[in-house]
Amino acid sequence: MRLLSQDRPGHWLLAILLAAILLALAGAPFLLPGTKALAVAARILIFIVLAASYDLLLGYTGIVSFAQTTFFGLGAYGVAIALTGGSGWLALILGAAAGIAVSVALALAMALLSLRVRAIFFSMITLALARFVQVLASEWRGLTGGEDGLTFSVPRLIAPGFHPFAAPILGLRITGPVIAYYLIFAVTLAAFLILLRIVNSPFGRVLQAIRENPFRAEALGYRTIVHRALASVLAAGFAALAGAMMAMQLRYTNPDTTLSFSLMIDILLMVVIGGMGTLYGAALGATVMVMAQYYLQPLLAALAAAAQGIVLLPALLDPERWLLWLGLIFVLVVTFFPAGIAGSLRARANAAARAPRT
Amino acid sequence: MTPIARQPLSLGGRDPLPYLVLPALMVLALAAMKFSAWLTLTVAGLAVGCMLFLAAIGLTLIFGLMDVLNFAHGGFVTLGAFIVAAVFAALPASGGGAAAALGVVALALAAAAVAGGGLGLVFERLLIRRVAGAPLRQILITVGGGIILQQMLIVLFGAEPLALPRPEALRGGFIIAGAAVERYRLMVCLLGLVVYAATHLALNRTRLGLLIRAAVENREMVEALGFRAERLFRLVFAAGTALAAIGGVVWALYAGMVTADLGADIIILIFIVVIIGGLGSVSGCFLASLLLGLANNYVGFLAPKLALGTDIALMLIVLLWRPRGLLPMDGA
Repeated sequence: MRLLSQDRPGHWLLAILLAAILLALAGAPFLLPGTKALAVAARILIFIVLAASYDLLLGYTGIVSFAQTTFFGLGAYGVAIALTGGSGWLALILGAAAGIAVSVALALAMALLSLRVRAIFFSMITLALARFVQVLASEWRGLTGGEDGLTFSVPRLIAPGFHPFAAPILGLRITGPVIAYYLIFAVTLAAFLILLRIVNSPFGRVLQAIRENPFRAEALGYRTIVHRALASVLAAGFAALAGAMMAMQLRYTNPDTTLSFSLMIDILLMVVIGGMGTLYGAALGATVMVMAQYYLQPLLAALAAAAQGIVLLPALLDPERWLLWLGLIFVLVVTFFPAGIAGSLRARANAAARAPRT
Repeated sequence: MTPIARQPLSLGGRDPLPYLVLPALMVLALAAMKFSAWLTLTVAGLAVGCMLFLAAIGLTLIFGLMDVLNFAHGGFVTLGAFIVAAVFAALPASGGGAAAALGVVALALAAAAVAGGGLGLVFERLLIRRVAGAPLRQILITVGGGIILQQMLIVLFGAEPLALPRPEALRGGFIIAGAAVERYRLMVCLLGLVVYAATHLALNRTRLGLLIRAAVENREMVEALGFRAERLFRLVFAAGTALAAIGGVVWALYAGMVTADLGADIIILIFIVVIIGGLGSVSGCFLASLLLGLANNYVGFLAPKLALGTDIALMLIVLLWRPRGLLPMDGA
């Protein structure tokens, strides 16, 4: 419980789901052999950090940013550029550190510039910034490789060709990517627990107070702008960390995989579906969404094939149109289910606890 | 939140400095280049500014009067672009004379306004009304609605870019004092001025505008007097989305091509315009549009390498100077 910062999942079903996710991710390389399964599991881990960092902003502080992918991308490009120029662990760590530093500085500048006025300015400015950085990454070929992006090699310990043991362990041949996976697993677990600590600290309580009523928080003597700016800086830092892990895991970085607007929509969906304002919800949402991405598109393709000949239906079910369905789910969740999975389960548990016992 | 209602109608507002930015920029640019080049760039920049204004005014109106920031605004711009493509496909105007061409363009504008306004009503009914008074969910739901709108347009009109040649009568231009002036740009400038004037007159000189401003000021009182404030706001929303669609028509004809990304590309510029101008301010929106159009043209000519960052740089400078925009609304 200390490790979880006294923040219990709150509902038995939520606790079981989270434990299942944790166990499945911890044992993924052994449970589901194969490079695709490993890639999906690593993606889930990385997006847990990304979604949780975004939840700090959206769910706990109540400000909407569209630049979370920007910081994610900066982290990824930091590693990519460092490993294109140099090699080895030093380059990897320096690149990640540089990406995080630039993200933090940019988030601070943006927050101080826009949050002074109205929180809604922040949303609009982050959208403009996100677009600008995306265009910059596609145009600045000398540094970022343009649309094609950068492909690079990672340190030998986590490279595909590395086989430390001659014999398989528990039926799995340990390779570089497996080691990389466990590195990501460890960082994700640590980052998640740190974020949990942050949101359950007095600082986190103030953020929630600001979310509920900024004027009252200000009247109580908390400087809302400082707290909001700090929250956005922290969120940017963790997003950049996730980006650095993404680059390390994929061994390439391009604007589409790290900076696109549809990625931003994915993150929004993860946090909203999982439940805003509960980090567990972000973890749940990230898992659900990444799985859906890998399995929803084939499902749509199958449905479209089945609907051949019916007016408009094949066009609606085209796998290319999956953003349409995500948008629809998003709107339905925001309209009817605003607390998300984790929030709804917690509300139910709280209601049961408060009900008089007979 | 105090609305547009309190804005002085005349240009001689309380604070003259923001109005001097535009002439100052023009004079600075004139000092840096030849007169004929300057004139060409200025006319073109003003035209782009007017197009930006047409695309942005709906967003700022809806925000200023309803306190709703519609992140789906870009979708309505794209809708207008597809409507003009559909109208041109149905009525080939390239053969006819100038009158026929203008007639088709007017028809496209009207069709876009009707489609944009109608869909705006649906949008308001299905999405906006459900999240009234919850700003966070409002942003989220309009983002989601915008995605659905854009994807539905792709389903209906296809993902491939549609070519949209301008009618003969709107191509080409003439030369004044050594500067090339395109006919279409002149038309766009006129349309922008007309919409600006009409918005001001409608809000400040008509009974309907009076009622809307009164409802923004004190909704309960207006309802107690027997008017349905809800209908007034619905009308505002429809007007805003109709204007967005009109903006889409103008942009599509300018670009000569329609893609489903038009709105997403342009919404960034629109946001920058309303931030620079001051959220909710009609005059600020107009001023900022012209400023952005001119600055982009001048910088593109003088230092093409810096063109990419002009909009963001301009926004940063203005925000550092005036954190609430050039002509902000009172209060808030």
